[in-house]
Amino acid sequence: MFGLDKKDTSLLIVVALLTLLAPFILNPFPTDSGLAQFNAGYPDLMQRFIIFGIFAVGFNILFGLTGYLSFGHAAFLGVGSYSAVWMFKLLSYNILPAIALAVVVAGLFSLLIGYVSLRRSGIYFSILTLAFAQMSFALAYSVLSNPKFNLTNGETGLQVYNDDPQILQGANAPDLPHLFGLSMRSTYTMEVGPWAFDFNAGYYVCAVIMMIAFYLAIRIFRSPFGMMLRAVKSNQQRMNYTGLNTRPYTLAAFVISGMYAGLAGGLMAAMDPLAGAERMQWTASGEVVLMTILGGTGTLIGPVLGAGFIKYFENIFSKINDSVLHGWFAFLPDGLEDAVVTIIHPFVGKGWHLTLGILFMLVVIFLPGGLVEGGQRLAKWIRNRGKTEDKTSGKTEPAE
Amino acid sequence: MDSILLQILNGLDKGSAYALIALGLTLIFGTLGVVNFAHGALFMIGAFCAVSLQRLLNLSFETIDETQKDFLGNPLKVKTPYVEAWFGPDVGAWIIDWAVPLALLIAIPIMLAVGYIMERGLIKHFYKRPHADQILVTFGLAIVLQEIVKYFFGANPIQTPPPDALNGVANIGAALGMDIVYPVWRIVYFCFATLIIGGIFAFLQFTTFGMVVRAGMADRETVGLLGINIDRRFTIMFGIAAAVAGLAGVMYGPINPPNYHMGMDFLVLSFVVVVVGGMGSLPGAVLAGFLLGILESFASTTWATTTIPGINQIIIYLVAIIVLLTRPRGLMGRKGVMED
Repeated sequence: MFGLDKKDTSLLIVVALLTLLAPFILNPFPTDSGLAQFNAGYPDLMQRFIIFGIFAVGFNILFGLTGYLSFGHAAFLGVGSYSAVWMFKLLSYNILPAIALAVVVAGLFSLLIGYVSLRRSGIYFSILTLAFAQMSFALAYSVLSNPKFNLTNGETGLQVYNDDPQILQGANAPDLPHLFGLSMRSTYTMEVGPWAFDFNAGYYVCAVIMMIAFYLAIRIFRSPFGMMLRAVKSNQQRMNYTGLNTRPYTLAAFVISGMYAGLAGGLMAAMDPLAGAERMQWTASGEVVLMTILGGTGTLIGPVLGAGFIKYFENIFSKINDSVLHGWFAFLPDGLEDAVVTIIHPFVGKGWHLTLGILFMLVVIFLPGGLVEGGQRLAKWIRNRGKTEDKTSGKTEPAE
Repeated sequence: MDSILLQILNGLDKGSAYALIALGLTLIFGTLGVVNFAHGALFMIGAFCAVSLQRLLNLSFETIDETQKDFLGNPLKVKTPYVEAWFGPDVGAWIIDWAVPLALLIAIPIMLAVGYIMERGLIKHFYKRPHADQILVTFGLAIVLQEIVKYFFGANPIQTPPPDALNGVANIGAALGMDIVYPVWRIVYFCFATLIIGGIFAFLQFTTFGMVVRAGMADRETVGLLGINIDRRFTIMFGIAAAVAGLAGVMYGPINPPNYHMGMDFLVLSFVVVVVGGMGSLPGAVLAGFLLGILESFASTTWATTTIPGINQIIIYLVAIIVLLTRPRGLMGRKGVMED
């Protein structure tokens, strides 16, 4: 289907089903039960799953295929957000032109940065992209927000004001980001017994866009172009010796992943019409690296899983405070209960980043392939347990 | 003329910090071939060594002083730090006053140990892995260290004042007949940095240990074949690099109150410094550190910021980009380092 082979088609269908049914899947616990705090099926979080999923899929096209580790991808996300909000300010709250401009501007911006940074590889490339992203952050944060030329509105963040032109904004169009009148905030809540499922227009717009982005990513992975990028990763020198100039390929990959980041930034602004400089800071770039590595570099589904995993636990872990912990360990004797809570305390609530850092280190050290590799190893172990006798000898791993 | 000299001086103290961190980064990269994203965290740990020592010295017990009364006529409670009780009020007060310089003494063993443990416990296992993995694991370590410090010391900057004798300003241009008033501590910081940098270079140049390390940097395998345990020496060099970063952090506290993310702020710039100086070149790192520090301070003058708004924020990155495009190896980079 759509020019994909059977395995990829089924992957695409599984992802489509998961995203479409996410409001059900992410809300497994009744609203009045004690476990309701583990529900993730509210619109804001679901939108973030999708948006960061797109961001990570795009990052993976660069890092997973070519091996170029960019530490400045958040700059493109921020640029996308800024251009989307400018479209809101100048034209109207319709999200289509905003997202289109976000993608185009991020693409141009990444072309510029990629052209310079891709002259170097390895660590130099990482540091160069990091420097560019920090420079963009400084530009957005202070330089481009002086009274004479206010492009980014500095610390406050760019937002839409009442006196903005909005020349195409219709008289009765909603005063919020919308798609031809369908507000991104409109939510239909379905109540089934004790459960409540939210169906949010913004989420489904994001979901459809993500399906398209994911499909394109599959096509890129399976195309001769993707093969070329993998060749760059495994041995760039040999590619050069065969007389092939690899730079156009890496630059194309860089621009494509920059456009994915711009798309994510545009969607972020479309869900909440705000753009701030902190989206471009290097911590945000680090976050997408974490997502991709955690999920599984170079795999199709890995980055999406990683993004969902990090965003879910960020939300859930930061909600767990001491009283919740005491509730969980109430069955223990008092002294022991306090001790257990004291031990866990630094890792939850505000300490979520500590847990994330430790988790990330463990993944890099023991499971370089991320969650996907973990799943594969687990599946292999289960399969091999059933048939311990017949060890397939002489099994060859495909060369990277 | 005075104002130019003043700007150069302004650049020197920040440049010293850049140079010290970049020197450590280059030492680690040159010896072990590892890019250490956790180096900024080591700088921060150094600064928090000073904070901890200060808190430790200020630990006090309360006594009721019958001679002093508050307005209700009750005797006042007086806090006396333990050190004052042990060493007498004068010596105790002196020790508390000189907490930051004294922290250097405890920071050296702590940082050497941290560096040693880090290398043996974690980085050792990453020599054979790709550079990307090394970056990622040290990046994760940096997050962890940063969050641990945040957990114990909170998110707000903590004041670490310099000793009273070195606080305040001095007119250092008086001898030359000029009027240059400058904070004393910043001059101390610059002298300290020069001392450390000179020490490291002398150590590498004039001791047998340093000679072996330099030989190992040039050709690790051959040195190993000659029957020298080069890994062990490189581990010690890692510890020394960590100590340099830590000492830079200890002394930087009075200039900028330490907070948990100061390391990362410096790290990004220090990487730029290393790249501008030339990966793997120690003199290049030091030179670029001071150069970029001075450039940054010149870009912060009112004249520069009114001509090009915000130039002070981006000057370092701009210089780095120009240098990389015109001299890809950096100012003093060697051939064959990181060129694959």
